Amino acid sequence: MIELKNVSKWYGSFQVLDDCSTSVQRGEVVVVCGPSGSGKSTLIKTVNGLEPFQKGEIWVDGISVGAKGTDLPRLRARVGMVFQHFELFPHLSVSQNLNLGQIKVLGRSREEATQKGLLYLDRVGLAAHRDKFPGELSGGQQQRVAIARALAMDPIAMLFDEPTSALDPEMINEVLDVMVQLAREGMTMMVVTHEMGFAKKVAHRVVFMDKGVIVEDCEKEEFFGAPRSERAHAFLSKILTH
Amino acid sequence: MFGNFDFEIIERTWPYLFYVGMAFTIKLTIVAMLGGIMAGTLLAMGRLSHLRVISILAGGYVNLIRSVPLVLVIFWFYFLVPYIGAWLIGSHEPIKVGDYTSALVTFILFEAAYYCEIMRAGIQSVSRGQVYAAYALGMNYWQMMGQVVLPQAFRNMIPLLLTQTIVLFQDVSLVYVLSLTDFVGAADKVAHRDGRLTEMYLFVALVYFVICFTLSTIVKRLQMRVAIVR
Repeated sequence: MIELKNVSKWYGSFQVLDDCSTSVQRGEVVVVCGPSGSGKSTLIKTVNGLEPFQKGEIWVDGISVGAKGTDLPRLRARVGMVFQHFELFPHLSVSQNLNLGQIKVLGRSREEATQKGLLYLDRVGLAAHRDKFPGELSGGQQQRVAIARALAMDPIAMLFDEPTSALDPEMINEVLDVMVQLAREGMTMMVVTHEMGFAKKVAHRVVFMDKGVIVEDCEKEEFFGAPRSERAHAFLSKILTH
Repeated sequence: MFGNFDFEIIERTWPYLFYVGMAFTIKLTIVAMLGGIMAGTLLAMGRLSHLRVISILAGGYVNLIRSVPLVLVIFWFYFLVPYIGAWLIGSHEPIKVGDYTSALVTFILFEAAYYCEIMRAGIQSVSRGQVYAAYALGMNYWQMMGQVVLPQAFRNMIPLLLTQTIVLFQDVSLVYVLSLTDFVGAADKVAHRDGRLTEMYLFVALVYFVICFTLSTIVKRLQMRVAIVR
């Protein structure tokens, strides 16, 4: 479904991604973790072409992301993305947030979009808030709306860029619950996160990054059991002590 | 000191001053504001474009217009617009452009440079993440701008846009160089006719003060209210 081959990216002379290769199969949940500044957010943003890259290839459902002739908007419409800071549109109500992409990008009618939107809002438990504005919701609620907004586009895969790291601790679980449910339904997911509990629960594979390099790319059991690299050991011991 | 003053002239001429003069001033202000904001927004998008040719052209235009006095621009366009129009439609004779159209085109093109800088700040006030989110939903550049960035930029900048419009309202008085009759022009005419220049100019100043001060106060109130809740 998603395949990265030897992807490298530079900001000026600073290399943020160094020869990264990995893949996500259909229905697979892959967690990307690593210390901050390791390039994991940049990596996930290259998958739907939000960040350009200079070397290598990325294929999503048989389409090359980096190729010149690729219709990026069309590809992005099929890949859902959830951001660290939610990025709901503050000037639109919750239901308008869910409608916008469906109507403008997919060409659905207002009725169809609203109906579909309501379905997903209900799934994340926020149907009652559909007429509110993002500023009136808590962080956890906003992130659940953002997930519903992405799902309403009927994506073939979902990308999560640190979806819980901007949340207050008491709100993390409500978002993770939605993600766990989604994973169990067989959604193809690539998730950048520090939530190792989530990784243990639903991930199939774990990718560990450090300084722009993919250091480990292995089955979950192997990663949490006996990671081969010293850096992954150090990272896990720091993150799992509590 | 006001012994020789005769303010009766205002009583006699106010319908002309307001229904002819002020009506023209307000009409030109509003049309130039709408046109200027539209053109200014396009210029701002141009200045922020990744295409270097576009951003250099837009930047050059804005910097040029902003560094010459408005009166000069009015003269330029008054004499140039007929020739540019002729060139555009491929005519050999300079086309006939009315004074009003000429003034309107001038004000739109001039104010666009100022509105551009306001809209540019507005666009930059919208976070990069909003752009990412719009693109991630599959929007193209124009949808991203039109649906997500510009509505927020516009809303953030309403107070500044209105402040600029107050300046525009005052600048409209410069149309006297084209012998158009705005509020100041109308006052000037009757004042000369009746030999009551001082009284009339005092009155004109008072009217401008009342209108501009009221608008500024409204803008200040608005400033506190429009900030988007995040």
